Amino acid sequence: MEIQSLRKGEELYFYLKGELDEHAAASLRGRTDAIIDGNAGLSRAVFNLAGVRFMDSTGIGFLMGRYKKLSRYGIKMALEAPNEGADKILLLSGIYSLMPKI
Amino acid sequence: MNRMQLRFLSRSENEVFARNVVAAFALPLNPTLSELSDVKTAVSEAVTNCIVHAYPEEENWITISCETSGDKLHIIVSDSGKGIEDIARALTPFYTTCPGEERSGMGFTIMQTFMNEFHVTSEPGKGTRVEMTKRFGGTAEADAR
Repeated sequence: MEIQSLRKGEELYFYLKGELDEHAAASLRGRTDAIIDGNAGLSRAVFNLAGVRFMDSTGIGFLMGRYKKLSRYGIKMALEAPNEGADKILLLSGIYSLMPKI
Repeated sequence: MNRMQLRFLSRSENEVFARNVVAAFALPLNPTLSELSDVKTAVSEAVTNCIVHAYPEEENWITISCETSGDKLHIIVSDSGKGIEDIARALTPFYTTCPGEERSGMGFTIMQTFMNEFHVTSEPGKGTRVEMTKRFGGTAEADAR
């Protein structure tokens, strides 16, 4: 699972690429959190899921974990460009009420 | 009718392999991309449960048995791990036995929603067996109502 980040003013964009399952999430958590910790002065973090070919409920757990971390810093979170399969799980979980799809 | 059986160790790296094998087995039934995605997700959830919950401290065997009949794919994912004490509670959306580990508690809910038929049996100390059926050309949501 690849992750790239791009800072745009007070916004931080994450571009995830690969299959987000239990195996991928284990190392992705630490890498994502290190990037969040290294970026002061953020108002929002946007997770772009266009490159996520597959996601199961581990992805929901991963996103919720990042949401909790960002909330402690007072940073909002949003999601963009999930594929049809990911969107189905995200909708089912109700997670868009916490992190809107933009 | 066609049948296959897959047996592999409960290592997380085998998740991608397991769901893709089941998807490849289902291809002759001409699933849509959306239906195939549903099957892969449900298998991934069942296998993740085996790795995380059935065998939390050891590597052990997971077996996936598949059978096609007509426009249906039957899948059985079984383990000989620690089992589920309270199945009704385990099936509750957002319920998780590992709240500190970023678990969503959505695994069984996803299996139930994405597949047309779903049944789980378990015996503490003996193991768990998840049976699921997907009918291609129909919608799981319509059947679940």
